[in-house]
Amino acid sequence: MRYTLLLHYPEMSPEELGPEVLAQGQEAMRSYAATLQQAGVLLGAEVLQPSHASTTVTVRDGKLRIQDGPFSDTKEQLGGYFVLDVPNLDAALDWAGRAPGAQWGTVEIRPGATHTVDGVWVPNG
Amino acid sequence: MGAERLTLRSMSEHDADARAAAELAARASYGRLLATLAAGTGDVTVAEDALADAFEQALRRWPNDGVPASPEGWLLTVARNRQRDEWKSARHRLAATLEGIEVPAMDSPARTAFPDRRLSLLLTCAHPAIAKDIRTPLMLQTVLGFDAAQIGAAFAVPAATMAQRLVRAKRRIRDAGIPFELPGPEALASRLPSVLEAVYGCLSIAAPAGTVDSVQGVPAPRPTVAEGLFLAELVADSLGNDAESWSLAALAAFLLSRPVGGTYVPLEEQDPGSWNTGLLRRAEVYLRKASDVTSESGDHATPGRFQLEAAIQAVHADRVRAGRTEWTVLATLHAALNLVAPTLGSKVAEAAVIRRADGPLAALRRLNDLAEQHPQECERFQPYAVARADALRSAGNFEAAAECLERALHLTADEAVRAHLRTQLEAVRARLKP
Repeated sequence: MRYTLLLHYPEMSPEELGPEVLAQGQEAMRSYAATLQQAGVLLGAEVLQPSHASTTVTVRDGKLRIQDGPFSDTKEQLGGYFVLDVPNLDAALDWAGRAPGAQWGTVEIRPGATHTVDGVWVPNG
Repeated sequence: MGAERLTLRSMSEHDADARAAAELAARASYGRLLATLAAGTGDVTVAEDALADAFEQALRRWPNDGVPASPEGWLLTVARNRQRDEWKSARHRLAATLEGIEVPAMDSPARTAFPDRRLSLLLTCAHPAIAKDIRTPLMLQTVLGFDAAQIGAAFAVPAATMAQRLVRAKRRIRDAGIPFELPGPEALASRLPSVLEAVYGCLSIAAPAGTVDSVQGVPAPRPTVAEGLFLAELVADSLGNDAESWSLAALAAFLLSRPVGGTYVPLEEQDPGSWNTGLLRRAEVYLRKASDVTSESGDHATPGRFQLEAAIQAVHADRVRAGRTEWTVLATLHAALNLVAPTLGSKVAEAAVIRRADGPLAALRRLNDLAEQHPQECERFQPYAVARADALRSAGNFEAAAECLERALHLTADEAVRAHLRTQLEAVRARLKP
């Protein structure tokens, strides 16, 4: 079953974190991804730039509206995601608990519904 | 849903044997069959539908073809075929293909640590990813075969709301991929309270024998208190040193020791000689085991909810020996219960006991407080109306007592209880005549 792990955490700049904490975080991420890959469950992942780099777009009444900043103005922002293929929710929960983001933020586990294969939507499962 | 559909088919008078066999299978095996069907797929709704279809077919075909040598095996085979048809349909997406699913036979030697798959299913319903307030209702429906209306009544929630919540919960189990697997020993401890609550629900919601379905006028297949006792014993045995599960088993044995069916007789008016001594002895053994565990765990261990409820039943049962009910002792136990596990039902029960121990005015004060705190719930809660009527009558306020009895009647579905209430109402009305 495909699950997307959405990592939410309060954003801190590299200056706020300091070089040591930053390095630890990066190492944790490196190790986590390698472990997932080793286990054969990792379909993909990405860590995003901080939310100040976001731009939002909506189209209403045929007009494109552009706004700076992220979708929601919350303290905890979406920081990245992992897409896993595991047998059931318990397995996903186990991996989510080990995600670096779980320690400093919240991990949301959402099962996938459909995904693209060569640009074509294919139902999951 | 499954239990309701069973009664929609008309049944010939001459097919009593086939009907009885199907109903016996329904009562004894519903949960086990459902657990077997749902295991490995996670889709409880499809399993429920398949099982309901199988029961319908049984009721149609067994009268003509005869009851099969293994009714449960027959039902399982038919239900599995129905399940396969459902999966082939494009509406259902499943993680595993049919070929990959391991569905062990009910009597296969490849067993889990728990001898009864119903326990596995109960524990699955208590998964942490399932919302707390829907775990017990889910167990009551999927494992124990109660319908949304019965469960709703037990939780003071409208039937339609409960039905919707259950549908959503089962959809979530399927969509989120919550697995039907036994949790490890650590998880067992955290899930146990929900399971015990569901077994307890089985004891308190189970209809007494002789209850008829209002649609077809035939005995409605519902889990019995015996099923609750069996499950409680199963849990207690599996754990060994858990006081609450032994207490629950004791409670079930006490409840089962009293004859049911026919006329409704309130507990304090029942003839103690009619109570089953074997079950009473069993109850006392279980109660002893529970208190041994509690005392082993150190001084001042607070008795749990079921230990208190079992103790309350033990006091009632003690009437066999003592010749009367010790209402003051009961009042203390009820008060303790309301500290540990207060519910509207337990508070009303305490008020009823207070009427005996301290008189009707004290009871009415309690009932008035309750109505102030929970006006809507008390309005539609049958035990509240009964307790209030009882206190009013005892206080000599026959007009108000009559009103309450009428409301109680309105809220009561069980025919035997209705007859009892009607008798009370007539007696009260007789006091009203100048």
